[in-house]
Amino acid sequence: MDDTIIRVPLHEVAHGRTGDKGNRVNISVIPYHEDAWPYLLDQLTPEVVRSRFAAKNATKVTRYELPNLPALNFVIDDVLEGGVNGALNLDGHGKSFAFHLLGLTVDVPARLALHPEKAVESS
Amino acid sequence: MSGKTVHIGCGAGFAGDRWDAAVPIVATLARRDGPRYLIYETLAERTLALAQQARIEDPSAGYSPYLDRILRPVLKDAKAAGVRVVSNFGAANPMGGAAHILAMARELGIEGLKVAVVEGDDLSVVFDENGIRAHTPVEGLAMPEGRMVAANVYLGAQPIADALALGADVVVVGRCADPALALGPLIHEFGWPLDDLDRIAAGTMVGHLLECGAQVTGGYFADPGYKDVPDFGHVGFPIAEVTIDGTAVIGKADATGGLVSARTVKEQLLYEVHDPSAYLTPDVTLDVTGVRVDEIGPDRVKVSGARGKPKPPTLKATVSFEGGWLGEGEITYAGPNARRRAELAIEVLKTRVRDLGTNWPLRFDLIGTVATFDGDGGDLRVGQDWPEDGEFRVRMATRGGDKQMAQWIADEVLSLYCSGPAGGAGVRHRIAPQVTTASILVERGRVKPSARLVEETI
Repeated sequence: MDDTIIRVPLHEVAHGRTGDKGNRVNISVIPYHEDAWPYLLDQLTPEVVRSRFAAKNATKVTRYELPNLPALNFVIDDVLEGGVNGALNLDGHGKSFAFHLLGLTVDVPARLALHPEKAVESS
Repeated sequence: MSGKTVHIGCGAGFAGDRWDAAVPIVATLARRDGPRYLIYETLAERTLALAQQARIEDPSAGYSPYLDRILRPVLKDAKAAGVRVVSNFGAANPMGGAAHILAMARELGIEGLKVAVVEGDDLSVVFDENGIRAHTPVEGLAMPEGRMVAANVYLGAQPIADALALGADVVVVGRCADPALALGPLIHEFGWPLDDLDRIAAGTMVGHLLECGAQVTGGYFADPGYKDVPDFGHVGFPIAEVTIDGTAVIGKADATGGLVSARTVKEQLLYEVHDPSAYLTPDVTLDVTGVRVDEIGPDRVKVSGARGKPKPPTLKATVSFEGGWLGEGEITYAGPNARRRAELAIEVLKTRVRDLGTNWPLRFDLIGTVATFDGDGGDLRVGQDWPEDGEFRVRMATRGGDKQMAQWIADEVLSLYCSGPAGGAGVRHRIAPQVTTASILVERGRVKPSARLVEETI
């Protein structure tokens, strides 16, 4: 097994889904391999997630941990630009947002990435 | 008590879902034994407001406009097989929906169909508009302006169980908590007392997993090369098999495509959940942090370990208001220098709308760069370099109270055909009336749900 640490899009390591309520969304992040769990715990902090949605003026991010699945669940406040009520954007539900989060890069052992060849340049 | 297994299939996860999804569900359930149910979830937050508006125009309307499309193909077979139907397709007019179903049964030659309605969700008979507005909204949105259209509280599972106890073949509900569509039948079949919190929680979790239809069977999941779903065009809708201890096996209709796996179940388990130790419903506070998800066979996933805490002291209600008009227009620029032509179009639109003398908010997207993930300020797009050549679609959106102004602003996109940058193509523009909503919490004592059979009147 290749334990070399590589930097890959989170999409190589985990999957997830957005749900919305009012002006908030939740995004689940579920690792394909449970060994990825500690790496996600360490790197996907609420602040990292909040800055990912800075252009949407996200205010507060709450992270819930479900170690038994395992999964993380992020609740992101004020990120829908008014929600389906007042939003002018194309995605007032935030349905696409899970894939914005999955575009973040994370550092994990190569064996935990579905396509290790998709490793990106370290910055 | 009983060692029976209750089978619950879901034939719709929202109002616009696949019209024929229930056909394989009913065919599958017809081959099984024991209590069997078909549920449809058809009532998103705004759907009910639109139904209320329809009812104002025609007092016999206001139930789901999809009722015929989704129920007619299966009603006869369901009745013949003893599959009972529970749905919130009553929307703003459960009685009207029930009357329509009885008429449908006559046309289809179905004899003795018993239809029940669950009522009591309509708060407009409890409070006037000022009384509604006196409540503080939750979920991070302010109470909208505009005329109130509808106010409906999320009912729990008990009145659905009551309707089933009356012998109903079809239970027509308006607003209820989506998981109650499954929990109601489970309470009826297993006799779970409402204070058996872990059982009520388990039934709620089953309902939560089913309520979005194919979202637990590969729908909204497929991601080629990462999460592949077989025969996706024929994705099968889910069927849960539940036993008295609350343990459930999630499967799907026979001879369909799709996939039930630990991954599909986990994604749906957390869908629209905030604090996973406290998912609030009218019947219980559901804690899924201890849930186990086990693949026990092909397209069969066992879920167990839901825990219940006491139900919240209040009930949630959705209040809808007239929300003015959304105006939108789009135009495409392709080929050499397309991006700069598209950006010029945006500048022209800004000038033209300013010349209309309005201060309505405008949003511009440049589709082909970054649009969906960007904010109204366009920070992500402006902060990066994009190719000059290619294919880009300009989108402008605005919102305000005046229909005429919404149209005039949207028309500015159309006029780019002759007066805008070179090569503009494929304009689509439209205005649409909007409904805005708020969620409020209502004292339980103000809500009196009821269930009754509807007599056929010819």
